[in-house]
Amino acid sequence: MTLRAFGQNACNDVFDEVNGMSEQGTMGVKSGLAEMLKGGVIMDVVNAEQAKIAEDAGACAVMALERVPADIRADGGVARMSDPEMIIGIQEAVSIPVMAKARIGHFVEAQILQSLEVDYIDESEVLTPADEAHHIDKSKFTIPFVCGATNLGEALRRIGEGAAMIRSKGEAGTGDVVEAVRHIRGILGEIKRLHGMDPDEVYARAKELHAPLDLVQYCAREGRLPVVLFTAGGVATPADCALMMQLGADGVFVGSGIFKSGDPAKRARACVEATTHFRDPAKLAEVSKNLGEAMVGRSAKSIPEDELFAGRGW
Amino acid sequence: MAGNTPRVGVLALQGAFREHVQALERLGTTAIEVRTPAELAGLDGLMLPGGESTTMDLLLDSSGLREPITAVVADGLPVFGTCAGLILLATDLEDGTEGQRTLRALDVTALRNGYGRQVASFEAAVELTGDDTPMVGIFIRAPRITRVGEGVEVLASIGDEPVAVRSGSIMAATFHPELAHDDRLHARFLERVTTHS
Repeated sequence: MTLRAFGQNACNDVFDEVNGMSEQGTMGVKSGLAEMLKGGVIMDVVNAEQAKIAEDAGACAVMALERVPADIRADGGVARMSDPEMIIGIQEAVSIPVMAKARIGHFVEAQILQSLEVDYIDESEVLTPADEAHHIDKSKFTIPFVCGATNLGEALRRIGEGAAMIRSKGEAGTGDVVEAVRHIRGILGEIKRLHGMDPDEVYARAKELHAPLDLVQYCAREGRLPVVLFTAGGVATPADCALMMQLGADGVFVGSGIFKSGDPAKRARACVEATTHFRDPAKLAEVSKNLGEAMVGRSAKSIPEDELFAGRGW
Repeated sequence: MAGNTPRVGVLALQGAFREHVQALERLGTTAIEVRTPAELAGLDGLMLPGGESTTMDLLLDSSGLREPITAVVADGLPVFGTCAGLILLATDLEDGTEGQRTLRALDVTALRNGYGRQVASFEAAVELTGDDTPMVGIFIRAPRITRVGEGVEVLASIGDEPVAVRSGSIMAATFHPELAHDDRLHARFLERVTTHS
């Protein structure tokens, strides 16, 4: 494979001449970007102005989408990939990685996002699924994918399809952290149990998890997922961010929580600092002061079963 | 140096610091995660990991680490930065965000995201000076060294392109040896660390 030219890249030719073996889109490169995002906050933004606020507040990446999950939930209807023009506007406004969402199973939306050169594609349950049986074959793409999961089996099925990063789903657009806690505890708890198992018990567990055997064996051997594990869905305050980090997440997605609050710039910055200093209660108290109103929120329990996002995907 | 084991700090504000901790431990040092000025005390060396340089820039101020790190680096503490860590060390920065600052400790010019967006991230064989075996270089939205100052030694390259450099006690790479589990550059860094104290 050859390196694609971007701007003043005369020496890419030199690379190929000398090595003949520069390679893009490898799993090392895909999961590598997720490794660099660790300990950071990825923020949902709906326009260039919000993206700039997020970058200035220390976001390690932004998720470009037309409506934050709280509005998708309120508006109802079908939620789809964002307008490319809006994504390009955000790419031009910031220098940090820009992610964007495709519908579950909608590989053409993913092809479009790849052609826009977004840095990560989120195959997301927040959008209305396009396929009830098949997720996108993510191994075919040069751009890495992040996927949601509610349990370990689901996480490993997504990695088996080529996902280079996992986020626990939680329940997006609620401001209620309870589902995020349930899912991260579920995923990490199952890994802990696997780690203590005899190798001959792992085969049966892989069958029960409906997950690829080699990936289940990896978790059992290493005591961790093969890729970075972020958390998402209902995280709305600095304390929520620190809670998820103490529970073992590698980093945090904050969606509606920031730009549905009273003072987004201040709250965004507080979430960034809380995610870094997650074991320091004094620091957490300091950054939690005078943040203005949090998003109003809605208890995840009050949402009818068929309106929950987390149940989408399998 | 405390006892016989060097104590090396790893800046742990954001990014891939855990992998550096693991590399340093494989090489027999005591690795300390650094998030506060107090954690800088008694270190024999310091690693600046990869991550998002704009995020780290902001957190250097809010954690109160910028002044003390600038001071220990000026004092000659050996430092090794990878990717965003190289950006933090560079005297000059191209395509930084407005107001983005660096520690200005290594006389190079770094171009942020020098190869483009993630689609252009790549793996390639990197040639090390004085070593016949190349190492796997994983370049993630990597910076490029567009100018090498006087007295700055090139430690690794791809063709004519410098990808790791050293000047006195300061070392930096545009790629991620910690992701490829190849500890040779860390070992070279530790040569300076053990002779420092």
